[in-house]
Amino acid sequence: MSEKIYKPGSYPDLPPPPGTVGLYGWIRQNLFSSISNSSLTIISVVLLYYLIDGIIGWFFLNAVFDAESKIACRKIDDGACWAVITRRVGQFVYGFYPEAERWRIDITFLTMFLAFAPLLYPDIPKRKWLLYFSAFYPFFAFVLIMGGYFGLQKIEYSLFGGFMLTVILGVCGIVCSLPLGILLALGRQSNLTVVKTLSVCFIEFMRGVPLITLLFVASSMLNYFLPPGTNFSILVRVIIMFTFFSAAYIAEVIRGGIQAIPKGQYEAADALGMNYWQKTRFITLPQALKISIPGIVNTFIGLYKDTTLVVVIGLLDPLGIGRAALADTKWNGLSTETYLFVALFFFVSCFAMSRYSLWLENKLNTDKK
Amino acid sequence: MKTKMLLAGVTAGVMFAGSVLASTLDDVRARGKLNCIINTGLAGFAAPDDKGNWTGFDVDFCRAVAAATLGDADKVNYTTATGKTRFTKLAAGEGEILSRNTTWTFSRDVDLSQTFIGVNYYDGQGFMVPKSLGVKSAKGLDGASVCIQTGTTTELNLAEYFKGNNIKYNPVPIETNAEAQELYKAGRCDVYTTDASGLYATMMSFDNPSDHMVLPEIVSKEPLGPVVRHGDDQWADIVSWVLRAMMAAEEKGITSKNVKELAAKDNKDKEINRLLGKDPLQGLSKLGLSADWAVNVISQVGNYQESFEKHLFPLTIKRGMNALYRDGGLHYIPPIK
Repeated sequence: MSEKIYKPGSYPDLPPPPGTVGLYGWIRQNLFSSISNSSLTIISVVLLYYLIDGIIGWFFLNAVFDAESKIACRKIDDGACWAVITRRVGQFVYGFYPEAERWRIDITFLTMFLAFAPLLYPDIPKRKWLLYFSAFYPFFAFVLIMGGYFGLQKIEYSLFGGFMLTVILGVCGIVCSLPLGILLALGRQSNLTVVKTLSVCFIEFMRGVPLITLLFVASSMLNYFLPPGTNFSILVRVIIMFTFFSAAYIAEVIRGGIQAIPKGQYEAADALGMNYWQKTRFITLPQALKISIPGIVNTFIGLYKDTTLVVVIGLLDPLGIGRAALADTKWNGLSTETYLFVALFFFVSCFAMSRYSLWLENKLNTDKK
Repeated sequence: MKTKMLLAGVTAGVMFAGSVLASTLDDVRARGKLNCIINTGLAGFAAPDDKGNWTGFDVDFCRAVAAATLGDADKVNYTTATGKTRFTKLAAGEGEILSRNTTWTFSRDVDLSQTFIGVNYYDGQGFMVPKSLGVKSAKGLDGASVCIQTGTTTELNLAEYFKGNNIKYNPVPIETNAEAQELYKAGRCDVYTTDASGLYATMMSFDNPSDHMVLPEIVSKEPLGPVVRHGDDQWADIVSWVLRAMMAAEEKGITSKNVKELAAKDNKDKEINRLLGKDPLQGLSKLGLSADWAVNVISQVGNYQESFEKHLFPLTIKRGMNALYRDGGLHYIPPIK
């Protein structure tokens, strides 16, 4: 008798039978558990091989990264012709901003992170000093980008374009629409009839009209109302429209947040003798905003992507720059490369925003779990 | 009633404010730059090069006007406009010229209060087919499927033309030009129809442009030309005579290469002398231009032929209707005297 006899409960754990654990086991269980599954796996692998091989080949291995023109590209290899991007990367980033002045955009863009850091990350060291900078930043950025002061060359708005234009429109729209949206949300909940009516009218009107209509109003209609010769930059007009449009959406998102706060919270605040502004500042808004973060960021991402609509009123955002590049006889026909590149830019920006919102949600999460 | 009066008052005030402003030429000179409204990107007509400088047939015309009025073809601010915003941009004063392949029609000229100053490119709706189809004329397109943008004049032109010639066809309705290109490339339609210049640009975007051809039939009239605002005849005259000067230069054989030489000597053809400022040109001072205006235009931008060959020949566009009258085309230039 070779088997050892154990006391009840002391039998040692045996290793699992071979072929059920580890990589081998996983593969057997998930990919080759039956004949039909096995054949499906093999077919998928073959298909994937061809697909990935084709994609990598087109994107990288057979791609041309620098050439004179599309024809020169095709002579070198038959993959993607990224030369249209590499030769025009300056235009995609800065539009037609003069090359010698582009450092101004670089500085504005880099300092933007410094200005946003204390607003986005509450734990940052020396936050108080950075906050002063944040308050000063809009003027700084305006002077640096537009020029015309302190010996800086004045730059016409018609030279703006590319990613720079998207970032200017997106950031200005986002930064201005949040406070406006909060005010509108509070106004809509207000007991004062006039304030409430005005807020409701504004929100419903802005939400009831397509953004593209507002952009046409900004580009065409306003010209008829303003006296001739008024130089009211179309960029400012468009930013105002973006701000109003997204503020209406933000207001509704935040209203949802306000209404989600249990009634007991208001009653407790009233019982403590708080006035309206104290109640709003310490009870309503902190909770409402926290609840609304996903919705707010959602609206922001939408706004950011909607900036591409300016192409219909003739402003050259990255999409417009891409189309203009395709109109050049040298690059005519490389639409896939151009649109993929623009898509990548938007994906990176929007994905970053969405990640930040997740981080913020987790950080502010005080729910009892 | 009251509101109406108020509106009328405001309108009158606005118009008055407009009329007391300095002339367009003075505005341009004071600014030192010409504001020109161009296409957001159309192959051959307006597109930025890799350095970000706008080039193209329409852009050249902006440069020519800048050369005539400011003496420097590079002193132009370009403002891009789409088909929908171009007229309001011009009306709002965002540019002094609209040089954006704009078709001259009655309503645009009269109803929108614009002044079309001439035609710099005669376009028209054409048909593109793969050579493998073996069709040599639009009359042979019986039973073909045709990619056509919905809601455009091209749709009506197509229907009229095919009905008039008793040809059957299957329309494949599409929304945008880009979509049409894809469908055509994929072989979903045998024929693609739009303005001939657009067809050539589309053809050049294919990997093998020589596999396709544009049929000789042109079924609509699309005279494209620069536009200025109503109300400043001096400016309209300047812009229209810049265009004519470019064409006259081609007629007289004046090119950017030989213009300086011809301007320096006394030519047998007195018209050349008058154009290039050697002999006085009666009334030039009324336009507010200096005697060397045409020399500036031709030396810095070139004559009509040079501009055409530089920008439109790469698209394999032929002169055709756009040749001078003496070469069998439609450009007939009034005498410079």
